[in-house]
Amino acid sequence: MAEPLLQEAPPSTQWHCDPVLRAGNTNCGGCGMSIGFNFLDRAIRSRKVQLVIPACCGIVTPGQFPRSAYGVPVVASCFASAAAVATGLAHVAHMNGEATRVVCWAGDGGTYDIGMATLSAAAERDEDVLYVCYDNEIYGNTGGQRSSATPLGAVTSTTPRGKTLMKKDIVAIMAAHRVPYAATVSLAHPEDAVRKFARALDLGGFRFLHILSPCPTGWKSEPAQGIELIRLAVRAGLFAVYEVEDGRRVTIDVEPDLSDEALESYFAQQGRFGSGRVDFSRARAEIRANWTELRARARTETTP
Amino acid sequence: MTVELLSANHAAAMAATLAGRANRRARGFGGGVYPITPQTECIELLCKQEFDKGSIVRVESEHSAMAVCIGVSLGGARSFTASSSNGLAYMTENVYAASFYRLPVVMMAVNRTLGPPWNIWVDHGDTLLLRDAGWIQLYCEDNQEVLDSILLAYRVAEDSRVLVPAMVCQDAFVLSHTMMQTDVPAQELVDRYLPPLELPHRVTDKAVTIGGLDFPRETEVHRKQHEEALARVEAVYAEAQDEFERVFGRRPADPVVPYRMEGAKLALVSMGTTASTVRVVVDAARERGLAVGALRVRMYRPFPAESLRRALAGCERIGVLDRDISLGLGGVLWSELATVAPPGALLQNYMIGLGGGDIRPQHVEAVLADLAKRERAGKPEIVEVG
Repeated sequence: MAEPLLQEAPPSTQWHCDPVLRAGNTNCGGCGMSIGFNFLDRAIRSRKVQLVIPACCGIVTPGQFPRSAYGVPVVASCFASAAAVATGLAHVAHMNGEATRVVCWAGDGGTYDIGMATLSAAAERDEDVLYVCYDNEIYGNTGGQRSSATPLGAVTSTTPRGKTLMKKDIVAIMAAHRVPYAATVSLAHPEDAVRKFARALDLGGFRFLHILSPCPTGWKSEPAQGIELIRLAVRAGLFAVYEVEDGRRVTIDVEPDLSDEALESYFAQQGRFGSGRVDFSRARAEIRANWTELRARARTETTP
Repeated sequence: MTVELLSANHAAAMAATLAGRANRRARGFGGGVYPITPQTECIELLCKQEFDKGSIVRVESEHSAMAVCIGVSLGGARSFTASSSNGLAYMTENVYAASFYRLPVVMMAVNRTLGPPWNIWVDHGDTLLLRDAGWIQLYCEDNQEVLDSILLAYRVAEDSRVLVPAMVCQDAFVLSHTMMQTDVPAQELVDRYLPPLELPHRVTDKAVTIGGLDFPRETEVHRKQHEEALARVEAVYAEAQDEFERVFGRRPADPVVPYRMEGAKLALVSMGTTASTVRVVVDAARERGLAVGALRVRMYRPFPAESLRRALAGCERIGVLDRDISLGLGGVLWSELATVAPPGALLQNYMIGLGGGDIRPQHVEAVLADLAKRERAGKPEIVEVG
């Protein structure tokens, strides 16, 4: 598996005067959202971007009114409403002949749970919106409660004995809307990530990106280990790095080794999985089944 | 100007269309729409309209309908939606948001009973649920008033001294599905009446966060600014009435509409179409020599306290006819009228026509008879008419 570095990616200051995420933001050290913003920043270049961020950690990020640690205009929307507010902004930009790219940036709570109906409807209408979900697998802003993105075995403040259910397959759900582009983004694979952000910014219609986003506070993990955790999740096949065009053409971007060693290491480095709380054989069986299904889709759906 | 036979739903759609087209010279027009009885015909007609620069988004819920209006408005365009009853209840979070963002969204609300059990008939409880949301609220009595109020609402809401959203309310079926002769103004007149919208805080390329984090200090200031803007509404409204008369040749009604209040010792206060029935009863009572008049509260928010205080100055007995109930208290209008009634006046609450019960003259006659003879004010009463 190639492990590309950021050397080829241009520094953000070369393209616009302020990065998307400026100094003075309130994010925790090791927050995956910060890294995601840096990738978005590298992909933006000269494009004009408006962000819509529903209730989530990302709305605490800019700090207290009237300051803003974001280097682009941001609308902080109600929890369930990002995709609908973005719809309105995108329609006005369109009717005024503006090339502005409207981007929703939402957590898993605002995407998988409370924002699901709004998101699904915007996707069905094929709105000209890029929707990015940074998924830390909990309600992080409220102190770490389970969401429908919380994985099997994870201890949260509302699943004290570990979650007994699987997480939703959000990219499959979005791809089933036959949107032009739906992809997962690995924070450990910057070239692939920046390419996907750039692709998603350029395409018209509804695009969806899913980032597995480490949350040291909620995952009970070392802030410096975030990228390594994502690398392990990708290797173990727990987080599949792939993309779906028009809801049908599936491309696998990074091959996992599906090793037990990677999976065990992923679980062992996070306090949220406790000791022995994860049903390892069930997790492994799920991963195998998911990959069988994904490979079948990648094979059959590329065949004319 | 052409006179057409229109329901209030269609009158509202025509007003929104004209207002929307008038902003083609600026950043255009849009909104999210979602059907609910008895508002549906309004958005159906709106969806049939052609706009040079406009876009109506058919969304999946009222919550998103208002969210799209918020996006459209933040983009600097004129926006409109319509809803009713449980739709308004579901929309509530974004109703507040539109107002806290200080956006001049205009919404037509058809007043309908909240459920379950499901009841599609008129009751003011749905929009009164939103009385604290920082919107302008206007309650209408006929279809022309609905059309005119929507145009006027844009003029007031978009004024740089105001910049709050406005809700134009009308009674389910009594107006929404009743056809009346309605003057539909020509586009060039509406163009003249509604200047292109220039929203000072619209989203541009400037790196600001709109709707981010407030601490108590910031919220105190934001609420104070909002309250001051609402305090300016009555004056801006008066200017908008003057300009309306200049452009269209008719004058929209005042925030408080008096009827035969000269020398009145008794007054019946109501909102919406209840006032039409009350007028018939007042006429008959005046024939009998009773010094009674009526007030219709057309502008409910901001609450026109001074106008009401002046109008009620000489009254000894005041009956408030609420088509709503704040469960555990009584009528909503009554509870607020108590703050402006003359000291010592007898103030009695009658909750009448709840759930769409047909308020007939004999019901109001009975209310007036009770008001005239009672020795002191009692608890709020539910008058059964159903």
